[in-house]
Amino acid sequence: MDRVNDPYSAPDELGHFGEYGGRFVAETLIHALEELNELYESIKSDQAFWAAFDEDLTNYVGRPSPLYYAQRLTEHVSGAQIFLKREDLNHTGAHKINNTVGQALLASRMGKQRIIAETGAGQHGVATATVAARLGVECTVYMGADDIVRQAPNVYRMKMLGTHVESVSSGSRTLKDAMNEAMRDWVTNVDTTHYIIGSVAGPHPYPAMVRDFQAVIGRECRAQCEERFGGLPEALIACVGGGSNAMGLFYPFVNDLKVELIGVEAAGKGLSTDEHAASLCEGKPGVLHGSRTYLLADDDGLIKETSSISAGLDYPGVGPEHSYWKDLQRAQYVAVTDEQAIEAFHLLNRLEGILPALESSHAIAYALIEAAKRPSSDRIVINLSGRGDKDIGTMAEIDGIQI
Amino acid sequence: MSRLTGCFAQLQEQGKKAFVSFITAGDPEPSVTVPALHSLVEGGVDILELGVPFSDPEADGPSIQRSSERALQQGVTLSMVLDMVSDFRKSNEHTPIVLMGYLNSILSMGESTFFERASQCGVDGLIMVNLPPEESSGLSIHAEANEIDLIYLVAPTTPDKRIKLIVENVQGFIYYVSLKGITGASHLDTASVEEQVSVLKSHAKLPIVVGFGIKTPEQAAASASLADGIVVGSELVDTMATTQSNELIPERLQAKAQSFRDALDG
Ligand SMILES: Cc1ncc(COP(=O)(O)O)c(C=O)c1O
Repeated sequence: MDRVNDPYSAPDELGHFGEYGGRFVAETLIHALEELNELYESIKSDQAFWAAFDEDLTNYVGRPSPLYYAQRLTEHVSGAQIFLKREDLNHTGAHKINNTVGQALLASRMGKQRIIAETGAGQHGVATATVAARLGVECTVYMGADDIVRQAPNVYRMKMLGTHVESVSSGSRTLKDAMNEAMRDWVTNVDTTHYIIGSVAGPHPYPAMVRDFQAVIGRECRAQCEERFGGLPEALIACVGGGSNAMGLFYPFVNDLKVELIGVEAAGKGLSTDEHAASLCEGKPGVLHGSRTYLLADDDGLIKETSSISAGLDYPGVGPEHSYWKDLQRAQYVAVTDEQAIEAFHLLNRLEGILPALESSHAIAYALIEAAKRPSSDRIVINLSGRGDKDIGTMAEIDGIQI
Repeated sequence: MSRLTGCFAQLQEQGKKAFVSFITAGDPEPSVTVPALHSLVEGGVDILELGVPFSDPEADGPSIQRSSERALQQGVTLSMVLDMVSDFRKSNEHTPIVLMGYLNSILSMGESTFFERASQCGVDGLIMVNLPPEESSGLSIHAEANEIDLIYLVAPTTPDKRIKLIVENVQGFIYYVSLKGITGASHLDTASVEEQVSVLKSHAKLPIVVGFGIKTPEQAAASASLADGIVVGSELVDTMATTQSNELIPERLQAKAQSFRDALDG
């Protein structure tokens, strides 16, 4: 860990996290990214900006989110104590709103009259549609045609919020294709439009900026742990799609080397099959969607189609800072299968009365394994990144039930 | 002198504008590409851009996206694209060839392997859509060692300060993107191109070629009058896509190219 600066200071001014990150986009977008970066740099020390952000988080999002001791789950595992950081209780039902509230403030400072976004599970789409409604600006959300089917409730929610949902039927018809289409829109409408990327991915400054908005999760968690048990937890566990809920929880602990950081990717039908979305576990470095990062690509560099029961994790790339942390071994990345996630999904319902998102269920599944290996004096915090209402259709279908 | 430099010098001597064509390698099937390239030259093309198909062409419109998909369905790889260039060179030693595509294809082959092979096969230049000069240090060493020009784009949104940076780094020619948008867009406005190209000219030491959105011979002639040349892409790709049988593609491409050549020389 001696290569991580103390205090940690990545990225550099061109957005590089070691050899990852950067700005690999068409020339047309460079100026917009430079402008966004200038604004983002200027708000870092702007107290009025952060006061407005905090106000929204408190009174609109409903923060702080609770840190809940999952006693029955802990007893079930009989190992480390398990706590849940309840991002599922946020307005709109996931951590995604933390970022969209922040970027909405930036969009209105830039005077942009139109907002676009990509979405997989639809949670980021809903969170974007929500802030767009509140700003009174036009909004288009790009969503893969397959995801539109499996996350139908969120599609309808976006429509009710006045957002236009654009179905993307190219490529694998999931999140990566939605992101391609959003980039094409942005290139065309760059003067009027702000693109709210939904994870710690994309070209600089998005990975750092989204991290900084999501870091409220980890800051609250630190304070809650101190208050609750007078110290820091031994481990933090979060699912990783693009990596924003994980980064948001982990980042405020980056210099606390005793706190283990564990990111859980989607192993789909298994890492030994080709049907998974575990970019960090199974991928290799490459360039996609504006940054250099671990990717799932074939020998010719073509991006592979991924597979996961959870639309929000079904993505062949990952935020560049996670790639950096993997190589530095500051965080550890593992993967759990669809089957394990489904089991965890049911378990949390039955033992704790909490309906988790399928994405978050991956973190729970791995936490069960991790907690079992540890003594009861250890404390593990799981980021419960979202609630599972959107997944009821998928689960019912698996169980052969018509709803 | 490199093929690109020689080509522009000769055009200038003749008082002609450069006609640059774009088609995707392997579209609609690999055997069509080399004959298609020869037919474009027959139809008056000066410089050949050859697209390397990629799974996620984020700066391309529907026409070129679909051409990429067709080629990938045929299993076309970067290695096969290089073989096509080598094949083309057997009977054409003089027409410059520029590969255009996305960075991950080259990173996967490995920079040094790619540039060595590209140079041996007769590639003259490279346009990486998602590689701005700030990120190109890794590639430029190999490009230089193998005498392949790295060509950068300048966009309508590029501020003056960046134009200087790009002009200092660019080789071969400068590619001016004539509109804010993706390839194949149809909102080309030659008046605004004129204004921006004249700013660009005041900095540029190399020829300026205008591309994106040029679909008709009239647009080609109008854009060419502002710069040193023009690129036609989606229109040629569409011509290929709407040709009933693959055998007829060279003939139709040649006729299409000729209509642009005539307008440019007109
Ligand atoms: C509830 C939930 N968790 C996690 C994710 C994955 O995204 P990230 O890895 O950026 O947190 C999503 C994305 O849609 C989500 O909706």
